[in-house]
Amino acid sequence: MTEAGYNFAYLDEATKRMIRRAILKAVAIPGHQIPFGAREMPLPYGWGTGGIQVTASILGPQDVLKVIDQGADDTTNAVSIRRFFTRVAGIATTDATGEASIIQTRHRIPEKPLAENQILVYQVPQPEPLFKLEPHRAETRRIHALADYGLMHVRLYEDIARLGHIAKAYDYPVMVNERYLMSPSPIPAFDNPKMHQMAALQLFGAGREKRIYAVPPYTPVRSLDFEDHPFRPIRAPHACAICGSRTSYLDELITNDAGGRAFICSDTDYCQERQEAPKAAAE
Amino acid sequence: MNLLLEARGLHLKFGAIAALDDVAIDVSAGEVVAIVGESGSGKTTLLRVLAGQMAPDSGTVRYLGGDVLGMTEAERRRLMRTDWGFVHQNPRDGLRMGVSAGGNVGERLMALGARHYGNIRDEAKAWLQRVEIDAARIDDLPRHFSGGMQQRLQIARTLVTRPKLVFMDEPTGGLDVSVQARLLDLIRALVHELGLSVLIVTHDIAAARLLADRILVMRRGQVVEQGLTDRVLDDPQHPYTQLLVSSVLAA
Amino acid sequence: MTILLRTEGLGKTFTLHLQGGTRIPVLGGVDLAVRAGECVALSGPSGAGKSTLMRCLYGNYGAGAGRILLAHQGRDLDLARADARAVIEARRQTIGYVSQFLRVIPRVSTRDIVAEPMMARGVARVDALARASALLDRLNLPERLHGLPPATFSGGEQQRVNLARGFGPRHPVLLLDEPTASLDAANRAIVIGLIDEAKQAGTAIVGIFHDAEVREAVADRVFTVEPMQDAA
Repeated sequence: MTEAGYNFAYLDEATKRMIRRAILKAVAIPGHQIPFGAREMPLPYGWGTGGIQVTASILGPQDVLKVIDQGADDTTNAVSIRRFFTRVAGIATTDATGEASIIQTRHRIPEKPLAENQILVYQVPQPEPLFKLEPHRAETRRIHALADYGLMHVRLYEDIARLGHIAKAYDYPVMVNERYLMSPSPIPAFDNPKMHQMAALQLFGAGREKRIYAVPPYTPVRSLDFEDHPFRPIRAPHACAICGSRTSYLDELITNDAGGRAFICSDTDYCQERQEAPKAAAE
Repeated sequence: MNLLLEARGLHLKFGAIAALDDVAIDVSAGEVVAIVGESGSGKTTLLRVLAGQMAPDSGTVRYLGGDVLGMTEAERRRLMRTDWGFVHQNPRDGLRMGVSAGGNVGERLMALGARHYGNIRDEAKAWLQRVEIDAARIDDLPRHFSGGMQQRLQIARTLVTRPKLVFMDEPTGGLDVSVQARLLDLIRALVHELGLSVLIVTHDIAAARLLADRILVMRRGQVVEQGLTDRVLDDPQHPYTQLLVSSVLAA
Repeated sequence: MTILLRTEGLGKTFTLHLQGGTRIPVLGGVDLAVRAGECVALSGPSGAGKSTLMRCLYGNYGAGAGRILLAHQGRDLDLARADARAVIEARRQTIGYVSQFLRVIPRVSTRDIVAEPMMARGVARVDALARASALLDRLNLPERLHGLPPATFSGGEQQRVNLARGFGPRHPVLLLDEPTASLDAANRAIVIGLIDEAKQAGTAIVGIFHDAEVREAVADRVFTVEPMQDAA
């Protein structure tokens, strides 16, 4: 039974319609940031208000929702958000990536490839990829309008000149549909290739900054790089201590005070699935 | 000769003050044209209007036959990145102070699609050397350069895409005299070597004599005299030109 | 021989606006014709307008009246009316000027200064530099100075740089304004030799020669510039 006094999924229908209109515009122009009238949500900025508003606007009674935070279903934020939607929408929830119709995520893309009938909703703190390079919003809007992205390439050049490699480990800038420069949100650079030609719809919501953007299914998404310094997805060169995967993104855990450490899959559901597969072969 | 830039009937008023009063000017391929005048003459305003940065009240500006004033922002930016260059009086206005010298020079190349780090860097080094900056300083920030070096870096950054027409707004303003001489000579050599057309605004008559094929003298928004540089400076006709030339102190 | 440079009714009056608009007529009704291979010496008292006439011929001073016709690229170009670009082109290809004063460009070596007008005429850099060195040698400018900018040279040394720069490109028409002013007897003789060679090659020369010896050696004819009456 849903909480009394709240509309389905918390937002009123007019608001949902407004957000859906923004989403349609976003889908029509892949990678382009659409402003929207973000509402007051029952949690502060920086805790996923953008993602929640997007999810609330597209959620229907038949949807199955999965919420992950840094790949895990069982961290505080994931639990809170999942509980919130249970209370205000009464929809079914799941930990299994393959069973969800909507997956709201903070800072990771699930390891298991998504399907055409799924939607991935990203929580975005800072939608503007040029934010650190160009402080003026009027100027960044002009840059996007004119596709005048030399500034970002300069930043990457500077990294290579100073450090020998591009230093962005997460929130690595991408070109969407060869037109718009986009921030993929603070997912690890390792996850970027998953965005390319993904079968699922990808929606991005930034609550504090009040922007929505999208990558429609089967859209080219390319991480910026140089011909002689190509983009390489980086992960810890270990196997998961629990399931043995050598291809999933790993979290490093400090296990004791003597400096002991273990590497385990960041994607808890993926790790779980591998453990349960009867003949899981080590990769 | 190839006409690159042609402007006619330019008028621009700031309130009651006529910044441009029926100004016309031409620039052909491979020539250097100086616009001289004192403060308030309208010379900088003219440069900005010609570069499409400011709209006049009336008049036309055409580049290779195309209408400059009617260009969209996108077209103007593209032009400014390819065929055109603009050297600001204060190098800080034309450089990214937080980006290395190499990044500053390479930016235009990257904006035009250059994607090979090694090549971009090599080209940046070559240009630094061309403007007499030690190539070893390629990773240094411009804020650690002297004023003269910053200005030379700005010139390298502007010329790297080999523009056809370069607008220069008092490029030697604010620099020490010996530094000015070096910069002027560098500009002279580069113009010569690259076959650039340059439109240079300056109040320094000696610089105009050194660099320019033709000179326009402006006063209160009007072009009072123009022609061959040595003719205008050695045989000035207009009373104001005569005053200007006679006022220059000889070293 | 063909006339390469001629004036028709050339007049020049200076208006000094800074002196209340005083008008100073210097030249009036000057008709001068110079043929290929001929050297015409301008004569007349000091202040008569010889230098003014030279500068008008080069386009450095604007002619007030009359025409200045230069045989340039197969046709007559009126330098008095030509626009700046045409004058620059005429100076590059056809008419050269050796003044008394060397315009020093900071940091450019003597050899490059001399080579520059040759390269502007299309001579390859290597050849231009070689010819420049040869001319400077001939004018007795020490080798060690060839690579230096001439700012610190003596008057005589600068004059020789000027001469090398003027005689290098082999323009069909050459204007010489006191070419031997700061030179000793030996170098004067060399200049006479250069002028003779130029004449042999068909160059039309107009010169102001203060030195009687030089004038007698090179001038085929004297053209007197009469000082004008003071006008009101």
